[in-house]
Amino acid sequence: MRVFVPISVGGWVRLFSRWDILAVLLILGLLVFLGEASRHLFEPLADLQRTPPSLDPANLPEYAARTTLRMFIAMALSLLFTFTYATLAAKNKQAERILVPLLDILQSVPILGFISVTVVFFMALAPGRVLGAEFAAIFAIFTSQAWNMAFSFYQSLRTVPTELVEASRCFRLSPWMSFWRVDVPFAMPQLIWNMMMSMSGSWFFVVASEAISVGNTTVTLPGVGSYIALAIEQQNLKAVGWAIGTMLVVILIYDQILFRPLVAWADRFRFEQEPGIVAPRSWVLDILRRSRIVDRVTRPFAVLWRRLLLPRHPDNVEAVRRAPRTRPGWIAFQLGLIVFALTAFALWQALRFFTEGIALADVGTAMLLGLATLIRVVVLIALATVVWVPIGVWVGTRPFAAVVVQPIAQFLAAFPANVLFPIVVSGIVAWQLDPNIWLSPLMILGTQWYILFNVIAGASAIPAELRAVGASFRVRGWLWWRRIALPAVLPYYVTGAITASGGSWNASIVAEVASWGNKHLEAKGLGAYIAQQTDAGDFHRIVLGIAVMSLYVVVINRVFWRPLYHYAERKFRLG
Amino acid sequence: MNAPLLDIHGLRHTFPKADGGDLLVLDGIELEVTQGQIVGLLGRTGSGKSTLLRLIAGLAQPSDGSVTYLGQPVLGPAPGIAMVFQGFALFPWLTVLENVQLGLEALGLPEPEIRKRALAAIDLIGLDGYESAYPRELSGGMRQRVGFARALVVHPNILLMDEPFSALDVLTAETLRTDFLELWGDGKLPIKGVILVTHNIEEAVLMCDRILLFSNNPGRIIREIGVDLRQPRNRLDPQFRELVEKIYVAMTARTPNAPTGRQITINTVLPRVSANLFSGLIETLAAEPYRGKADLPVLADELHLEADELFPVAEAMQMFHFAEVEGGDIKLTDTGKQFAELGTDDRKKLFQKQLLAFIPLATHIRRVLQERANHVAPKSRFLDELEDHMSTEDAEHTLRAVTAWGRYAEAFAYDDDTGMFSLENPS
Repeated sequence: MRVFVPISVGGWVRLFSRWDILAVLLILGLLVFLGEASRHLFEPLADLQRTPPSLDPANLPEYAARTTLRMFIAMALSLLFTFTYATLAAKNKQAERILVPLLDILQSVPILGFISVTVVFFMALAPGRVLGAEFAAIFAIFTSQAWNMAFSFYQSLRTVPTELVEASRCFRLSPWMSFWRVDVPFAMPQLIWNMMMSMSGSWFFVVASEAISVGNTTVTLPGVGSYIALAIEQQNLKAVGWAIGTMLVVILIYDQILFRPLVAWADRFRFEQEPGIVAPRSWVLDILRRSRIVDRVTRPFAVLWRRLLLPRHPDNVEAVRRAPRTRPGWIAFQLGLIVFALTAFALWQALRFFTEGIALADVGTAMLLGLATLIRVVVLIALATVVWVPIGVWVGTRPFAAVVVQPIAQFLAAFPANVLFPIVVSGIVAWQLDPNIWLSPLMILGTQWYILFNVIAGASAIPAELRAVGASFRVRGWLWWRRIALPAVLPYYVTGAITASGGSWNASIVAEVASWGNKHLEAKGLGAYIAQQTDAGDFHRIVLGIAVMSLYVVVINRVFWRPLYHYAERKFRLG
Repeated sequence: MNAPLLDIHGLRHTFPKADGGDLLVLDGIELEVTQGQIVGLLGRTGSGKSTLLRLIAGLAQPSDGSVTYLGQPVLGPAPGIAMVFQGFALFPWLTVLENVQLGLEALGLPEPEIRKRALAAIDLIGLDGYESAYPRELSGGMRQRVGFARALVVHPNILLMDEPFSALDVLTAETLRTDFLELWGDGKLPIKGVILVTHNIEEAVLMCDRILLFSNNPGRIIREIGVDLRQPRNRLDPQFRELVEKIYVAMTARTPNAPTGRQITINTVLPRVSANLFSGLIETLAAEPYRGKADLPVLADELHLEADELFPVAEAMQMFHFAEVEGGDIKLTDTGKQFAELGTDDRKKLFQKQLLAFIPLATHIRRVLQERANHVAPKSRFLDELEDHMSTEDAEHTLRAVTAWGRYAEAFAYDDDTGMFSLENPS
């Protein structure tokens, strides 16, 4: 028997579902956070000095908010950079020839070097205001995020399947439209993965970028980074603990609220349509998708977005019939001339710069110190390999272990190892150990995890059939490692080791010089050299140190890692 | 309006080669497509027919000659010409409906009309109920239906089809062909002409009103065959079989360019045919019911090979003087019959003898190796030589083919790690 209901009950129930309430709370929280964090931007610098950061844990939520906001602004800038720079490199042959090597070099410049060199410039942009220092900090974080994102996007754009490109041309999508409907979606999964890596990587530099001090200029921006710096200065281990806890919480929050939904959402952009892969899920995305209010609020934006994608000339029938644009030779010539002029100018500037303040002996010193750092990096990577490859293979070949360990390894890679430095340094001071040896492990503390989780990924990708063959022929012990496990994980290992090695060079600037209160420890090396010159405000030697380090990184990449990578990919990549 | 739908005149197309020269892929193409025709471009892989389709679509410009669509030169992707792709080319991040709508959105139509037309096309092609599915959720056949709907929705005058059924299994392909022909026959499709690229002879006879046969290297139209059988056509119809046979004969006819045993040189592009396939086919031919001679269409049917798969084997057997191909027939030579009766080791010896006698590239590699003091030579040495005369891709394929044969015949060895040819086999 039917019950008569005077109003539409169904409609009432659906008006506010529990998803709606959750979604509104989420969004409100985000808005409050943004407002709170950006309130102080336009205050004069003097205010900042009047209220120095304090170690009161009650301040930590605000500090965390401001640090996170900086990171997200830098992330937005990195995306902008990625979409423009990488697109230009991928679409324009002439530009590609310069932009790609340039990016390669930029990638190898130690990130902390950027801070030392650019801080004065940014402070001058908004003199006397907090904004200037914020610019400098954000730029530093940007430099730690942008390069790999741009590289990934460039690679993706170059590998868009030919048929898709032909289809979009055949249906005459405008360049603007095909960029957003074809190129960006295709690149999305890789790009999001790189955004996550960038976000993790940039935590490392937050500490360095918030407490900026070059020569006499010292600015301390409120944030988790400067909180840690202060805690180190005051030898307050408890405060360091609070900061670590805060970071853990922040990382957990944005992972759940931002990256998991993004990864789950981007799953549809995966091009390979292989079966058997479990689609990633996210509860936040579920809430947003199920909420009707969110749907209603976002719909106008979606319509607006689609309008933007429409071709500029609805009547493009004639527009496409014009002859294809050919670039006359003289334009190419002019471009070449401009590039040549710029290069000559840069060379002249560099020469003048160096001859003014640097003797040949300085170069020699920097090169020798570079060698010391190189030895450290090599030894540490070798040690990490010996430790983590067997463990990674062991974990990777046992699905139950991989499920547990893999997320932990990824989290550890995201965790800024430099907040642990104080603990290690206080240990070295207490036991009176030789800093030349014992400071070194700090360089790889944060980057070794890349080796571990890549090897785990490689080992779990060994096809069950191959493992079965090994088992049926009773291939065991060393033979099993030599013939099955190691070759199978080599391509993955190389990827991880390249990241770890690059990260270690970067970390050397903070790892070779460490302090705990008034005790300063120093190891001999190029990182320490750059750090010292930064303290002294000697720009010539800062630049020299950075240049030498970039040189080392580029040369090692070209003569060692790149050939090894290609060899491993060609010979051992399965499938 | 008397202008033909499409008019191609004096078309020539070249690709740049590694050494800076040009490689001729299409030469002297003349083609006119009038309303209401399905025109088939039939040829082997590498005959440039897909390239021709892309020139018609305006995705590339011919090196010489003209492509005219409704009296106007095609200088870029033109409205009124749409394409269906071999690999479907669907955007995996768009739903079926969004994929179909894409072409209309690019036209800048108002949203209600986009929706109306897209739904109509989806309905026409039999995709109702799949509107919100993503391509990854669909079977191959359903995906290609989306490909068809997407092309038809823009109401093109000419529909270009690039081997649209070759990525599908036999049954699915047949269903799609039948559905398409039915819609076309009933005048339900908003198109005026179709150009179909295929390497499947029966498919061409089944669907087309005119078939243009392409030669290889460079692609030329060697013959035009009209099909005036009534639709729906029956594969078992004697007239149908006769046409298929006729095309086989035409495609195996000895043209001055065809690489036969007597004419091949160091620079002939070699088909990549494994020694196993060789042995298998020779054994099949030698045994009952063929007894050394077979009709190619029958053989293709029997072995479930497409013409495109069978021709390279036949061609290679001819190069080795194991068989003669003429008039749509393949016939074992005495050497071929002898090969069939030998055991594994003796087969290898005979294969080596034929290889070194009739494949000049193999002879050349072996001579170079013998002349060198240490009996090794890098792969790049031979690759560079080949690239002077063929595309990089062909050179790579040719060298791989001869490497595989050389290994089977134990005429020389090759180590992929070092990229070195040598006379020594690992002991």
